[in-house]
Amino acid sequence: MKTFLLIAISCIGFGQTPRVGRPATEETIKAMDLTVFPDGRGLPPGSGTAVKGKDVFKEKCSVCHNDKGEGRQGQYPALVGGAGTINTPKPIKTVGSYWPYATTVFDYVRRAMPYDQPGTLKPDEVYAAVAFVLNANGIIGDNDEMNAMTLPKVKMPNRDGFVLDKRPDVKAKK
Amino acid sequence: MKTPGTRKPEEELPNTKPSRRNLIALSASVAAAGLTTLAACNTKPAETAPSMLGTAPSKYGNRSPHEAAARSLPPESKTPSTGASRTPLQDTYGIITPSSLHFERHHSGVPDIDPAKHELLIHGLVEQPLVYSLDDLKRFPAQSRVHFVECSGNGRSEYSGNLAPDPQASHGLASCSEWTGVPVKLLLAEAKLKPEAKWLIAEGGDACKLTRSIPLAKLLDDAMIVYGQNGEPIRPEQGYPMRLLLPGWEGNTNIKWLRRLNLADGPAMTTHETAFYTDLLPDGKARQFSFENEAKSVITRPAGGQKIAAGPGMHDITGLAWSGRGKITRVEISTDGGRIWKDAELQMAGFAKAFTRFRMPWIWDGSATSIQSRATDETGYLQPAAEEMLAVRGRNFGYHNNQIKTWFVRADGTVSHVEQGA
Ligand code: HEC
Repeated sequence: MKTFLLIAISCIGFGQTPRVGRPATEETIKAMDLTVFPDGRGLPPGSGTAVKGKDVFKEKCSVCHNDKGEGRQGQYPALVGGAGTINTPKPIKTVGSYWPYATTVFDYVRRAMPYDQPGTLKPDEVYAAVAFVLNANGIIGDNDEMNAMTLPKVKMPNRDGFVLDKRPDVKAKK
Repeated sequence: MKTPGTRKPEEELPNTKPSRRNLIALSASVAAAGLTTLAACNTKPAETAPSMLGTAPSKYGNRSPHEAAARSLPPESKTPSTGASRTPLQDTYGIITPSSLHFERHHSGVPDIDPAKHELLIHGLVEQPLVYSLDDLKRFPAQSRVHFVECSGNGRSEYSGNLAPDPQASHGLASCSEWTGVPVKLLLAEAKLKPEAKWLIAEGGDACKLTRSIPLAKLLDDAMIVYGQNGEPIRPEQGYPMRLLLPGWEGNTNIKWLRRLNLADGPAMTTHETAFYTDLLPDGKARQFSFENEAKSVITRPAGGQKIAAGPGMHDITGLAWSGRGKITRVEISTDGGRIWKDAELQMAGFAKAFTRFRMPWIWDGSATSIQSRATDETGYLQPAAEEMLAVRGRNFGYHNNQIKTWFVRADGTVSHVEQGA
């Protein structure tokens, strides 16, 4: 590997391209980039409310997640409920009770949902479906507009529920 | 000893034909019992039968039709594309898992990717965004390394006290391969990191575009992009045509079907590093970014689901140990419920962050007992007992369970995950 780097570096002197990789165009990056950060970077233009999301959810999500996002036992996860259970012996983890960032819901729904047709939703539909789920959990109002500015500001109930890995945490008796 | 396998003791067939394995077991017990019993076994050898021509060479070999070791599948589901299959660790030899038996965990199924159309994009906080085809990656000097990959959910049912019945069920979300590919740092050097770049958001080309945030230090250390597995192109289930390999780190971060590396100043807080793969403590706080899999070991023979058919006498205890923090330096075995621990032999010079095979001869006196193994890695970390784990982490921790696994040997030779009468 060292020689390879040396060759690569020495090639620069001869005016050759020392790289293996080919420059990526802006279009390629735009077409492929799906990352949404917690501060909202990566969110596309567009918007939606829970009221609009009702129809989106009914059409695109309820067949699996049920009418109100309550899920279907054992097969499709509930998207609502579990509030106040996370520090009990029987925690119920849902978007409402456990997820720390609303931006993560957007990121996940855009890339992975509907489960059998991921990547088919338009940004407005994603914003609306996410607004519906947040509203169903009592986190935002019926007509609160979710867009690239407002979504990162939504404070999720379990926003402060996470700490960094502390392992090795269990000390074995020799 | 009973054939290591998935067959349950109650399905055990009467010993009519002496199989190869039974003969081996027999010779072991003969050796233990001494030469006096040899006469009893001295049956007349079969006459040499007329020979039969075998089959012609073939293009891609198959195992013997007499062998049936298989991955175990999850319970039936309406969404089978999110699920896992497990490696039959009890049926493997040495430290390499056959590619066809490598465990699987996918959230949206195995994609069918044409390598000629697949490209890997590096962008974000780099001076020059770049794309690479599979052929491009092969122009870099290739490195081959032996490493395990383990799902951090491996053994999760042990937290809840719902003990898994055999090594495949308890530890089968771990496998070990020789991987071939290129260090990620070579690609990053080409794209030239901006000083603000601290994390990398990696993304797969499966249906859900599974994505995780990785701290830069790991990428500048031993991270690879691999396209080879055990001498072949990696299997579709393992990320064909290319996957991220983060030696020793929880399986989910080793993004398969790798299509994008986004350099960033912080983590993206993706679903699989917030909602999932986080460890919930009794106080309601959840630990996040728990990357390394800690030292772990399991006895694979004799183990739950098997029977020591040859009865009391000389037996070999064998199993696998691994650590995400480096080499396994010691494995101890107890055959008396954890009172006395004896050093097992580690086979071959151990690779770091790879399976290590261990063994120890054991003379079983025929009484009910329990057998356990515990591993120590090069950092000095010792694998803890179940009670020690539970006291710190509670029952809802969910992932990263590396507690000692106990197998109970009964007087009739059956081996179980639970104590008799329990
Ligand atoms: C064909 C069935 C199906 C449809 C339609 C569907 N989902 Fe899902 N959804 C799933 C499955 C299955 C999972 C679990 C995926 C996994 O285990 O990786 C899931 C997971 C989720 C999750 C994560 C929940 C959690 O906490 O585990 C969210 C959020 C979600 N879906 C939102 C949506 C939205 C919004 C829609 C409509 C736009 C939708 N889903 C449509 C099947 C579906």
